[in-house]
Amino acid sequence: MRMKIAAAAAMALTAMPLSASADGEVNIYSYRQAYLLEPLLNAFEKETGIETNVVFAKQGLAERLEREGRNSPADVVMTVDISRVNELVERDLVAGVKTDTLTGNIPENLHHPEGKWYALTTRGRLIYVSKERVEEGEITTYEQLADDKWNDRICTRSGKHPYNIALISSMIAHHGEAETEEWLRGLKDNLARKPQGGDRDQIKAIAEGVCDVAIGNSYYYGNMLMDENQRPAAEKVNLIFPNADGRGTHVNISSISLTKSAPNRDEAIALMEFLTSPEAQRIYAEANTEYPANPGVKPTGLVAEWGEIHPDDLSLQEIANHREAAVKLVDRVDYDG
Amino acid sequence: MTEVVSSANPGLSQPLLAKRTSKRWLISAIITTAIVALPVLSVLFLALFPEENVWPHLIDTTLPRYLTTTLKLMLGVGILTLVIGLATAWTVTMCDFPGRKFFEWALLLPFAVPAYVIAYVYTSLLDYAGPVQVALRDWFGWANASEYWFPEIRSLEGAILMIGLVLYPYVYLLARAAFLEQSPSLFAVSRSLGHSALSTFFRVVLPIARPAIAVGLSLVLMETLNDFGTVDFFAVQTLTRGLFDTWMNLGNLGGAAQIATTMLMFVVILVTLERYSRRRQEQYAARDSRDPIQRFTMSFPRQMVCLAVCAVPLIFGFLIPGATLGYYAWEYFEQSWNPEFVQNTLNSLFLSGTAALTTLAIGVTLAYSRRLHNTRGMQVLLRLSSLGYAMPGAVLAVGVIVPLAGFDNWLDSLMRDTLGISTGLLLSGTAFALVFAYTVRFLAVSAGSVESALQKITPSMDMASRSLGHSPGKTLVRVHLPMLRGTLLTAALVVFVDCMKELPATLILRPFNFETLATYVYQFASDERLYHSALPALIIVVAGIVPILLMSRSISNSRAVA
Repeated sequence: MRMKIAAAAAMALTAMPLSASADGEVNIYSYRQAYLLEPLLNAFEKETGIETNVVFAKQGLAERLEREGRNSPADVVMTVDISRVNELVERDLVAGVKTDTLTGNIPENLHHPEGKWYALTTRGRLIYVSKERVEEGEITTYEQLADDKWNDRICTRSGKHPYNIALISSMIAHHGEAETEEWLRGLKDNLARKPQGGDRDQIKAIAEGVCDVAIGNSYYYGNMLMDENQRPAAEKVNLIFPNADGRGTHVNISSISLTKSAPNRDEAIALMEFLTSPEAQRIYAEANTEYPANPGVKPTGLVAEWGEIHPDDLSLQEIANHREAAVKLVDRVDYDG
Repeated sequence: MTEVVSSANPGLSQPLLAKRTSKRWLISAIITTAIVALPVLSVLFLALFPEENVWPHLIDTTLPRYLTTTLKLMLGVGILTLVIGLATAWTVTMCDFPGRKFFEWALLLPFAVPAYVIAYVYTSLLDYAGPVQVALRDWFGWANASEYWFPEIRSLEGAILMIGLVLYPYVYLLARAAFLEQSPSLFAVSRSLGHSALSTFFRVVLPIARPAIAVGLSLVLMETLNDFGTVDFFAVQTLTRGLFDTWMNLGNLGGAAQIATTMLMFVVILVTLERYSRRRQEQYAARDSRDPIQRFTMSFPRQMVCLAVCAVPLIFGFLIPGATLGYYAWEYFEQSWNPEFVQNTLNSLFLSGTAALTTLAIGVTLAYSRRLHNTRGMQVLLRLSSLGYAMPGAVLAVGVIVPLAGFDNWLDSLMRDTLGISTGLLLSGTAFALVFAYTVRFLAVSAGSVESALQKITPSMDMASRSLGHSPGKTLVRVHLPMLRGTLLTAALVVFVDCMKELPATLILRPFNFETLATYVYQFASDERLYHSALPALIIVVAGIVPILLMSRSISNSRAVA
């Protein structure tokens, strides 16, 4: 009797998630929050009739995909941050795919040469400054963050956060490790408080007068402006696009890749093509104030108001290559300490 | 009537019981342990293959700080939970004051609040733009942050407070159960021999309750060691920080597994030391229901002190965060109400319920097997099966994936080769994987409390039952389980609430489109939008309250019906 109950319970447990490998579906492992994808996936389902299933986590999805091997139900992986994508490529978990639509929608510098990933959006790593206490033109480059004049006036989140690691990697790519170390030490000396919180918290810190300058992604600022309760803080802050007159602003990407084991390959490619299409790209820009990766789609609303962004044309691969050096540099400089 | 027996050879006397016991208990214990230990063993295995040796870099740079911060955090949380947990448990057990009955269960409420949630809530209250500082500025006419000093909530001290406030119920719960089980006559004897109430507490009551308190405290410390959400948010640099850095930023899973293994050994040493220090003690307490607890009758001011002792942790650990969440839930109701809540709540309840029962059944099996076969080997098995709690959830999740996916793929290959059909992934990515992970993670909770309670039942009970012809199984069902009723319920419900709050392993292992309340809260909190998740966070808390009420009721009753 007890065995029967146990067996029934076990069957119920394994049967609970509806079988995800039926036809007309795409299974997504996502490093992005599911609710951010929802409007896009709804639009995709409406247009194609293909259903989508999502698992979101910030860690461990690559391990899960790797261990599940050829039987993995996952068709695509959606990531943020170039290093995360690069890891999938290095572990040989994603397949190259090239269609005319995909390569037509996404420019060459925003996809993998063999099509192992395609950027969906780009986001600038910007400098936030206080409207009251920082004059126009006072700071225009990342390099200036290390100037003595900003002593005790800068706030950032942890140096270990992937977005900061990518920025530091790009500095290493441009200036070499030794010079970047000096810069990072200078920046650390200028911090008004120990690195903490998220990017929004840095905007709040400026509004509070804790510091005058901070580093953060463009869309956090945009999303705060769209939130009634957070708008007052964001309105005290100006956005600076660093190095706009020089090599360009450091940008990172969110992206999509086809898995090697994809059981629903055709549907997966249909999703990739849809997400790079003008229709979906517009949703991205409007819902999360990011920059569309498809150059045919112009930013709208808030993002357009901020003016054009001149991205650094350093290849994303190059940034990923310096990740390890950047992480170790942050430790050596004791940035978070 | 109570006997406190000291013996150099703890446990049941071997020849008498074990020889007549079939090997069934032993074998089932070994198989269960083997399965439950798989994830931890997988992590140990991963630790053998690092991408790169992380230690030279870590030792050169951040390791010293990670270590000292971790130790300070554990020490701080340990002291805080002991002080709150013991003081409140003793007060509600022994003192008569208005509201005592209410506090008996209400003191458990903070347990329902996940640490990452309380951290977010207090940050929003206490940071510059929060209501507290705004009020202070209005009051004193300060213009901005540079004109006054205000304690920084995002600090080591802040993390100690946050974690301590929601974890002290572990100590409270186990200490209170232990105090209730003690015979009041012991206390009376001590007092009649001239000891003050305080001295009796430290010299008689605490030493007898020590095994239970040690279980509670070690759960607190393990949870503290593994916390990532709170320390990450507060930028407190503990070993978990280094672990996730190595894994996610350096892409070195093996190195991360090595750090996890080091943390594991740390816990093992801690627990072993505690056990070693009381190796010569063995306590059996026969409870006597005719001997009710004599509570202190106290003067009014003293009653107020008792009231304050109990009210403070409740206010800060539950009422303030609960009210704040309630307020945000109300303010952002439009954005946060979602018809999927019902489904998410059901998912959480179903998973947590199943995991709690499984964990309890396995915990009883292991603890009772150890009672029957009290060998060193059994002790090792029991410890081994409890290690899952000493590992960060995300690492353990990878440890769960390895054997499950390995089994699935092995079976699939076998079926393809022999029958030409593909079975695909049978266990990975199902609710089974989640229940398995919860069981592995929280077995320490149930096995630990069942074991410490079993130890208090005198072996003469077993002997009497066995000599009357009952099998070990029947003895368990008819003698031990009824006596352990309070402990069993406590254990099951602690596991239940823990599962409701579990986040990292759930995120990684869950099936497609599957949300529990915790994962739902997290997706907003992780995007710096806590406000939008106030409603589901509130539901986690409320869903945790119901079992807490049931649990507390039955513990109080256990004294009356014993």
